[in-house]
Amino acid sequence: MKPPPFEYHAPPSLEEALTLLREHGDEAKALAGGQSLVPLLNFRLARPRHLIDLNRIPSLDYIREDDGALAVGAMTRQRAVERSPLVRERCPLLAEAMPLVGHFQIRNRGTVGGSLAHADPAAELPAVVTALRGALVARRPGGQRVIPAERFFVAYLTTALEPDELLVEARFPAPPPRSGSAFLEVSRRHGDFALVGVAAVVTLDEGGVLTHAALALTGVGPTPVLAEEAARVLVGDRPTPQAFEAAARKVSEGLRPDADLHASAEYRRHVAGVLARRALARAVEQVGGGAR
Amino acid sequence: MSERAIRLKVNGREYQRTVEVRKTLADFLREDLELTGTHLGCEHGVCGACTIVMDGEAVRSCLLFAVQADGADLLTVEGLAEGEALHPIQEAFWEHHGLQCGFCTPGFLMTLYCFLRDRPRPSEAEIREALAGNLCRCTGYQNIVLAAKAAAEKLAATGR
Ligand SMILES: Cc1cc2nc3c(=O)[nH]c(=O)nc-3n(C[C@H](O)[C@H](O)[C@H](O)COP(=O)(O)OP(=O)(O)OC[C@H]3O[C@@H](n4cnc5c(N)ncnc54)[C@H](O)[C@@H]3O)c2cc1C
Ligand code: FES
Ligand code: FES
Repeated sequence: MKPPPFEYHAPPSLEEALTLLREHGDEAKALAGGQSLVPLLNFRLARPRHLIDLNRIPSLDYIREDDGALAVGAMTRQRAVERSPLVRERCPLLAEAMPLVGHFQIRNRGTVGGSLAHADPAAELPAVVTALRGALVARRPGGQRVIPAERFFVAYLTTALEPDELLVEARFPAPPPRSGSAFLEVSRRHGDFALVGVAAVVTLDEGGVLTHAALALTGVGPTPVLAEEAARVLVGDRPTPQAFEAAARKVSEGLRPDADLHASAEYRRHVAGVLARRALARAVEQVGGGAR
Repeated sequence: MSERAIRLKVNGREYQRTVEVRKTLADFLREDLELTGTHLGCEHGVCGACTIVMDGEAVRSCLLFAVQADGADLLTVEGLAEGEALHPIQEAFWEHHGLQCGFCTPGFLMTLYCFLRDRPRPSEAEIREALAGNLCRCTGYQNIVLAAKAAAEKLAATGR
């Protein structure tokens, strides 16, 4: 038997899941797609006494428009997002990033909420929700709060969720008209966690001047990193190769990535700049195409 | 020790068993149902050898617990052939030498089973992307890709 022993709960409703979570506190873990948690259990790197399986709670599985945002329930499979015409239409950045998460067999089980709650700094979805200035909805027994993405990702594999809270929804705001986006990454093989990834969002005014830019990066820090200085130098400028080059330089200069087995810090910094430049150019191209 | 009674369908046959809740679905298939065609390489989701079809979608059976499959309909590599007649995907692997030791093969077959259903006329690039989640240490993948292409044609020809 690979995983350490645990008690297994499969509550049929969110309320019951929250009650169980409150009852067992630190000793419990939510089980979503299991694509990150079960490896940790199989290696006995995690030893929760109670597993609260969320897979029997249908009310957490939805994709809908809500008040100008795309709202995705925590237990929505990554594959459902990938296949959703509504996501393609309303949140092209999410649609572009989704197939980059693992392999299709992983996305068949992996959930949107699980990826965000796991908060791997190399993961795509945290960068997407950060670049769009989205928000995460957390529930506890008798209460709910909405946490802006910039404050949700706290540290390596650590979020702002309290032990008695569950993530129930991710909110991806619809960008204003004349916006475009792109997600680019470099990984060793397709489906591997990327070395570096960049989510870019831009908005132009009628005259073709940048009124908004956001760049969120994966793999270069303990959480998704917003390249704010780079975004600032772009606003008010025209989307020219020179402007992107200057922004890309700011991106590279502003990063202090760690080196690991897969890439040196210098290499990551360099790739981040190159990807930022390309992602900005691609995002601007998407503006002309409207909602793609 | 925490146990649960579960009921599920595997390759068209109903099973009822009592399982320890921490037993993975892969171990359950191999040890409790003696369906050892599903292989285990890494047990953390990376190699794809344990890929099976659950309720119509390819999944890693090493990353599921057997209790989670209560009520599910599973297809494993044992369910592909009809008697002595190999499934067209199996035939293609045979004809194109898509395997050497065969350890990875069940995972590739189950992956392709779903992929070719969803994308009956894939490009080579799409095939390679779909197979990226399955590792093979023998073939160098070349013949697996050839087999996948041939399988797509066979399936189109037989209308399956
Ligand atoms: C081979 C492989 C390759 C992968 N490649 C990538 C990749 O390239 N990019 C990428 O982003 N990911 C990748 N992943 C991870 C994958 O995307 C996971 O699906 C994801 O990280 C976790 O989602 P899950 O639904 O499987 O969550 P689980 O594994 O079930 O849970 C993960 C963690 O989040 C907690 N949790 C889950 N749901 C909630 C909730 N609603 N509220 C509070 N806490 C919750 C759990 O308690 C656990 O701690 C890969 C995984 C594998 C096995
Ligand atoms: S054994 Fe399940 S993916 Fe390797
Ligand atoms: S045939 Fe030996 S691992 Fe693939």
